Amino acid sequence: MCRLAMKTASEPFGPHGVLTAMEAMQEGYDGSGLGLLLRGVRFADYNYQADAPILSGIAHSEAALHRLDERMQAKGFALKYDHEFDLRPGLIEARDRHKYFVRVYSPPASWKGLPKEAVADELMLTRVGLRQDGEAHGNDLTAFSFWPDVVMIKEVGWPLQVGAALGLADDRIKARVVMAQGRQNTNYGINLYACHPFFIQGIATMTNGENTAFVPIKEYLSGSQYPGYIGYQSDSEVFTHILHYTLRRLGLPLEAYKHVITPLKTEELDSHPQGAFLKGLRTACRRLIIDGPNCVMGSLPDETVLLVMDHKKLRPATIGGKPGEWALASEMCGVDAMIPDRDRSLDFQPMRENTVVVPPHRQEYAIWSQLQPLPLPQAA
Amino acid sequence: MVAVAAVATTPSSLTYHDLPWIIDHREDRCTLCGRCTSVCPVEAIHLTYRRQRLPNLDLLKKERGSTFRTFVGIRQRTELSRRCIGCGMCSMVCPNEAIGPRPNANDERARFHIHQKMDAWKRGGRRNVRESLLDRIVFTRISMLTDPALDAGRHEFFLNTILGRILSPEEFLRRHAKGEWIPPTREIFPFIIGSMSFGALSPNMWLGLLQGVAYLNEVLKIPVVMATGEGGCPPWVLRSPFLKYIILQIASGYFGWDEIIRAIPQMQCDPAAIEIKYGQGAKPGDGGLLMWFKVSKLIARLRGVPERVDLPSPPVHQTLYSIEESVMKMIQTMSMAWGFRVPVYPKISGSTSAKSVLNNLVRNPYAAGLLIDGIDGGTGAAYNVSMDATGHPIASNLRECYLDLVAQGRQNEIPLFAAGGVGKNGNVAQNGMALIMLGASGVHLGKYIMQAAAGCLGSERNRCNVCNIGLCPKGITSQNPKLYRRLDPDDVAQRVVDVFGGIRTEIKKIMAPLGRSQSLPIGMSDALGIDDEAVAKRLAIRYVC
Repeated sequence: MCRLAMKTASEPFGPHGVLTAMEAMQEGYDGSGLGLLLRGVRFADYNYQADAPILSGIAHSEAALHRLDERMQAKGFALKYDHEFDLRPGLIEARDRHKYFVRVYSPPASWKGLPKEAVADELMLTRVGLRQDGEAHGNDLTAFSFWPDVVMIKEVGWPLQVGAALGLADDRIKARVVMAQGRQNTNYGINLYACHPFFIQGIATMTNGENTAFVPIKEYLSGSQYPGYIGYQSDSEVFTHILHYTLRRLGLPLEAYKHVITPLKTEELDSHPQGAFLKGLRTACRRLIIDGPNCVMGSLPDETVLLVMDHKKLRPATIGGKPGEWALASEMCGVDAMIPDRDRSLDFQPMRENTVVVPPHRQEYAIWSQLQPLPLPQAA
Repeated sequence: MVAVAAVATTPSSLTYHDLPWIIDHREDRCTLCGRCTSVCPVEAIHLTYRRQRLPNLDLLKKERGSTFRTFVGIRQRTELSRRCIGCGMCSMVCPNEAIGPRPNANDERARFHIHQKMDAWKRGGRRNVRESLLDRIVFTRISMLTDPALDAGRHEFFLNTILGRILSPEEFLRRHAKGEWIPPTREIFPFIIGSMSFGALSPNMWLGLLQGVAYLNEVLKIPVVMATGEGGCPPWVLRSPFLKYIILQIASGYFGWDEIIRAIPQMQCDPAAIEIKYGQGAKPGDGGLLMWFKVSKLIARLRGVPERVDLPSPPVHQTLYSIEESVMKMIQTMSMAWGFRVPVYPKISGSTSAKSVLNNLVRNPYAAGLLIDGIDGGTGAAYNVSMDATGHPIASNLRECYLDLVAQGRQNEIPLFAAGGVGKNGNVAQNGMALIMLGASGVHLGKYIMQAAAGCLGSERNRCNVCNIGLCPKGITSQNPKLYRRLDPDDVAQRVVDVFGGIRTEIKKIMAPLGRSQSLPIGMSDALGIDDEAVAKRLAIRYVC
């Protein structure tokens, strides 16, 4: 079963500490892979400006890399920085990894003046296009993310070993938010895309557990014909897409996410200040109710970090830390590994109605309860 | 000895060996109390004198000869109108277990003679086919990764479904922000007591169902609803708070609707929904028929018709010629009558045109759902050939419609309800959940409820199945007080509660190993498997063997 570790801190830090937390939680999981998302990125050998998009992925052959270059050039992207990993390829099980790329591009000149949403759509379409190009060529090109300030790395293998293979302990890449997941994609075939965290337009989540409502949710999301709602090699990818759907397409606040995926019972809504609205929302979004058991951790473009449980709360998750530095993990020992010198009285394990949010200032975390009023102008 | 020439043979002469059911009578046990003959609903048996020869076998005397004994015995009638229907009421009342019907193991010849007096045979019940595709579907996706596993007995489960038009989230938020009309919805239990009219059912049966439903809702908080079928609703029910558990049906005969419309100003609450009947799975293209035997004084008053006349509803709504027009006129009119607070949906027979009907409804903002009734549906009266050989099985029909909605990204916006043979062999929760995982939002039960809650004797081997002639031996579908007094409404209510309590437990037993507890697994087709490759392909589920 998967293990999750996430750390957010005001000062950028290397991802190796988070991998150590994965190691601390090794009992009971097969460590069959590593998925890593870094946000608020700082490169040791490049002065990165936070608005330039970063493309992360793997080219499995020379030809794929060429096609990637041609495609990006044709679209008008200019390569600003190409991160060279300090590789130890012997530690990687797979033999067809030609190049792990983390590349900073400057966007095409024609995008100047485009509204933010249009830029976001273009970035997503570029990533989807690269992915489809890879799939059309025998999966020789894998594109995980293309977004400002986000780096993603996914590989099959024991997390610490993957980290060593990619030289992640050298701190040449640091970040303010690091999400890590030890992968075992449940039920479906082994696939690099099945590795958490999942990403769409700056929104990323990772999950431990099994989403038993996967097929109906997938069918609903796919039916909406939105170009980014593809993939679904893992049943957990829908959590990311539901979060994206809630925030971007419905324009609801983050507080509404929990109401969409795990709505309250009728009896609870009967006494809720926005009960009538929330009942309507529950009915309209009924096809997006997750059935767990899952713990979902996510991060947003403004470096907000969140943690929610499914309604049954059959997965553990803990948050702990100190002002300016918070760690979230699926096991308490994961938190211990990431921030050993914290005030333990601040540790918290959310209940089924809670959303734990660490805002970008990171001074304290907030606990939102679904039973509380929902700050929603429409709902007033 | 009877002279051979004196035996009367006509084209339809039959002996009791030719009938579907043969009465076994044990004279050695019979006390001739006469209860069996008096209880038989079709008078298939009668007491009669018989003569037995007793040969004189005194070896010491020269004369031979016989003496005779006359005694009273039981004889089975062979007229088709009085053939034994196998209901077994005789054995139920017999104090000595001396009598009972036995199914004819031979090819019974009665079926060649059932058309009498230029009329094709009509009967109640369901298709005479015991096989059920639904019975063969298994739930394969057992969630081994869900640790700790869900416990059907301890976990909290949300089992309810939504009846009513569901807006897309975008549209819901837009309308909510602008304060526009949002279609009404109901949170109901996914197993619904389907349309059986007040007229088809006896007053005691109907009262028992209503009592049971009220108890389920008000005491046990299981929001079961029941549909009335055509023929209105007793006035006191229309004006009672129980109306909210009732789906009123409007069919092409419009029977009972005068009373309903008149009662609107005095209604304490809204009905659960309005169902517009276009077709019935057991007799597509047949319309409704309440035979004159059942049009009692009470029924005549409720329906606004004279007593003792046949009440046929035409197969189509005479005022409309298309579903488009119907949606425009009837659904909107009915919605308007209750201030747009009540979901209004049509019920159609399973057919190859179901998908077109559905797509038409999807584009109408007032349509609240679609009920598709498959060929295995039951009926109070239909021509034999309609019931046995006309119609479309529900599983593939429903699946096709659901997948059509999925392709449009609009699944469950129009909730699909399925009916027709759910629980025909007793596997009600399994059948219903299989349909739900194929895409239904809920299922309607008719005959299962009669069988389970009132002891209906009808079977798929054409046992009993005389709901049409007003002689229901259990008093379920009879309007004759002598018969329906056999049924105690309190007992029916108790059974209804037992049945739904049991269904609820079994639903949980199905959902728990699947790892589902927060929402009904509508469309969770990855959980289904069947041991037939062609069926699996057709239904887009897993082939397992």
